Amino acid sequence: MSITVLKRNKALTVNPLKVSAPVGATLAFLGLNRSMPLMHGSQGCTAFAKVMFVRHFREPIPLQTTAMDQVSTVMGGQESIVEALATIFSKNKPQLIGLMTTGLTETQGADIAGALGDFREKHPEFADRQVVAVNTPDFAGGFESGFATAVEGMIRTLVPALDVGVTRPGKRQRQVNILAGASLTPGDIESLKEMIEAFELRAIVLPDISDSLDGHLTASDFTPHTIGGTPLSEIPLMGDSIATLVIGDSLNATADLLHEKTGVPDYRFSHLLGLDAVDRFVHLLSELAERPVPARIVRQRAQLQDAMVDCHFMIGLTPVAIAAEPDQLLAMCDLLQGMGAEVVAAVTPERGPALEKLPLAEVKLGDLEDLEQMAQGAGARLLIGNSHVAQSAERLHLPLLRCGFPQYDTVGGYQRSWIGYRGTRQALFDIANLLLQHPHAEIEPYRSKYSQKKD
Amino acid sequence: MQQKDIAALLDEPACAHNTKAKSGCARPKPGSTAGGCAFDGAQIALLPIADVAHIVHGTIACAGSSWDNRGTRSSGPTLFRIGMTTDLTEQDVIMGRGEKRLLHSIKQAIDSYQPKAVFIYNTCVPALIGDDVDAVCKAATEKWGVPVVPVDGAGFYGSKNLGNRIAGEAMFKYVVGTREPEPLAPELLGEGKRIHDVNLIGEYNIAGELWHVLPLLDELGLRVLCTLSGDARFHEVQTMHRSEANMMVCSKAMVNVARKLQEKYGTPWFEGSFYGVRDVSQALSDFARLLKDDDLAARTERLIAREEQRVHDLLEPWRQRLRGKRVLLYTGGVKSWSVISALQDLGLEVIATGTNKSTEEDKQRIRELMGDDAKMLDEGSPRALLDTVRDYQVDVLIAGGRNMYTALKARIPFLDINQEREFGYAGYAGMVELARQLALTIESPAWPAVRKPAPWESAS
Repeated sequence: MSITVLKRNKALTVNPLKVSAPVGATLAFLGLNRSMPLMHGSQGCTAFAKVMFVRHFREPIPLQTTAMDQVSTVMGGQESIVEALATIFSKNKPQLIGLMTTGLTETQGADIAGALGDFREKHPEFADRQVVAVNTPDFAGGFESGFATAVEGMIRTLVPALDVGVTRPGKRQRQVNILAGASLTPGDIESLKEMIEAFELRAIVLPDISDSLDGHLTASDFTPHTIGGTPLSEIPLMGDSIATLVIGDSLNATADLLHEKTGVPDYRFSHLLGLDAVDRFVHLLSELAERPVPARIVRQRAQLQDAMVDCHFMIGLTPVAIAAEPDQLLAMCDLLQGMGAEVVAAVTPERGPALEKLPLAEVKLGDLEDLEQMAQGAGARLLIGNSHVAQSAERLHLPLLRCGFPQYDTVGGYQRSWIGYRGTRQALFDIANLLLQHPHAEIEPYRSKYSQKKD
Repeated sequence: MQQKDIAALLDEPACAHNTKAKSGCARPKPGSTAGGCAFDGAQIALLPIADVAHIVHGTIACAGSSWDNRGTRSSGPTLFRIGMTTDLTEQDVIMGRGEKRLLHSIKQAIDSYQPKAVFIYNTCVPALIGDDVDAVCKAATEKWGVPVVPVDGAGFYGSKNLGNRIAGEAMFKYVVGTREPEPLAPELLGEGKRIHDVNLIGEYNIAGELWHVLPLLDELGLRVLCTLSGDARFHEVQTMHRSEANMMVCSKAMVNVARKLQEKYGTPWFEGSFYGVRDVSQALSDFARLLKDDDLAARTERLIAREEQRVHDLLEPWRQRLRGKRVLLYTGGVKSWSVISALQDLGLEVIATGTNKSTEEDKQRIRELMGDDAKMLDEGSPRALLDTVRDYQVDVLIAGGRNMYTALKARIPFLDINQEREFGYAGYAGMVELARQLALTIESPAWPAVRKPAPWESAS
């Protein structure tokens, strides 16, 4: 059964679900150590994104702008880029700058490669610093694809090709690469690393937002760039790994590039939510590591199965409406349908390879107004989406399971781990509890006209 | 309660268990007994009376683990859900201060919650130390002008079933007959049909399922004076003696109430069920029959025809999904036959049923429904249930909540039909919910998932 992607069929977008591509790219750059994302655009592009990140992660977020003004917009922004790069390198001293274009500068026709050449020529004193430059026009793609574009840029710029001769697949026999997609939270990446360590393997996670966007009350009171994240010194060593594990279909093209450059074999996972996906992942780790599955993980599997049995009463046959980026949408659909729920409305903000795999008849490229109408029309009992969906949930008197970006009306959404046996189990408990707290189909109290009751 | 009173309650002439071979309720076997005590039975039988303060006189063991633990629902007051207990301490027991604490407790309940009445459930410890609960209730009633009713059902008196009867007995002795029914409003009388007063005894409005049935009774002009005890009010219980026909709904738990209403007030009664299309129709016809009203009988036939057609159409898609699925039914209760017919209405095949509390008459009805080769389980141990599931390739186990985890741990689809359940299955409308819940568990993809070995196990 092939899925029908219902295209946008109205002029006005109401209550947007889509988050722009530079925001996704920014998140990816925030997962590198000693890095500073830089948006090439007007300063508002950066300010809005920064506020959203601060509210979501509740951390200070390093993010800068080329601050395009009228003159540079009309006359060309090359100089602004050069100036911004030099200023940031000298003032904030990051090791890497992630340079992203925006709608403004793409429309204007910015040549970031050219600007980068100018910068290198003019500022040899920063020759040891890295710049990863990517094209992320606001008018194409969204959060997930912007993120993937940035990771692709990192690989293109920072990973040496096999024929350079410095790396060899399998040279480091306990090392694996993880390409971590946009739908993974810092909590997800942390449990991913734990799982890998349980097999006595060592992971290079690209990008690693677990380290950089959570848990920082450091000795120094302020750092202008990221702390934590993937160490830049490790990225060139990815070519030595025994395997690359790719999490998220949105990283397909990125994974192709890494494979092409390094020759390291890769294994791809759409997501790590639900028994089947995690089984496959754990099995693979066991084979790669040549270690038995640790008792602790076997136990977690049994606990998940137990929870599946307990929760199927609440989740089974429940109509659910989901608004999410393609990868996350697929993960949620697989999880829910694997428990007998019915995804009656699926809305996604952008195209992505995961959409083709959705176990649904159709998916809507749309906004939260679409979600609200579809959920109501189909009699959904549960909504799944980011904090913006809370409004719809209130109007429809439905419970909301918060997932995705942004989550600004609760604390700790960023650290939640959805993946693995444990994360899946918690997701099932939370879904079941939301449904228990919002019972449906309760029989309406009926008062007989003949009744003696006076209350 | 004295031994002779307990014996009298056990010797229930209207109960089919009470034959020569089997006298009254069987004595529980030490070391091999499941199920609740007399206090449990007394409390669950009366707790749904919504505007009463239900005080458990005893140590915390009794109320602490049982309050607010029932799926019954009220259309009005929620006082019944407030857990109240005297929570006796060691000092109360040693110093004999239980009665005093009880009296103060009653006062506090009346002051804080203005109940229409207070029920006092006696339990083992005060029964043993000799608290005179009857006297305290009498004194409290006189002092504060609110009826305070003793329900003397200490756990060691016997089983849950005995407790149900003790509860019924308390209602009959202290409450029924103490008030006349409200006169019907003139506009209701002018509808051109005779209105009959009836009672539903042993209907607990689990998950609100009574509300599936009441609209049908309204249409027929049957006024329910009182439901004992789902969504009931104290003043309704007081008027039960004026009904013209009584229906014993759930099991024979309070059959003593029906029998005594007949003996003292001449009210005819019948035993019926609201589970399953056939049984709902039968119950409605039985009312018409007992009330000896030809016009009612004719209207009842028309209503049944209409409703059966309607529910038949609603159930059709579910029947497609459920047809041929094999069921093991273990209700532990006496009315397996009623649920069997409901399941058969849905196209399921009931291959075995529990009969450990069933009478010969019940078993006969089961044979009529399931055929002579019906498997009857006299023992409901988890092992016996699971063996049957395996030997007969059962698709779903239907049982009380106590057996739920037996089924789930064995990775068998399960449907809860006990009193804690959250879904109403009574009436024609309840059948659709029953079908939905059955499909939900039988078809759940969780089952194949949890039966599957880990991939690294199958590979090695």
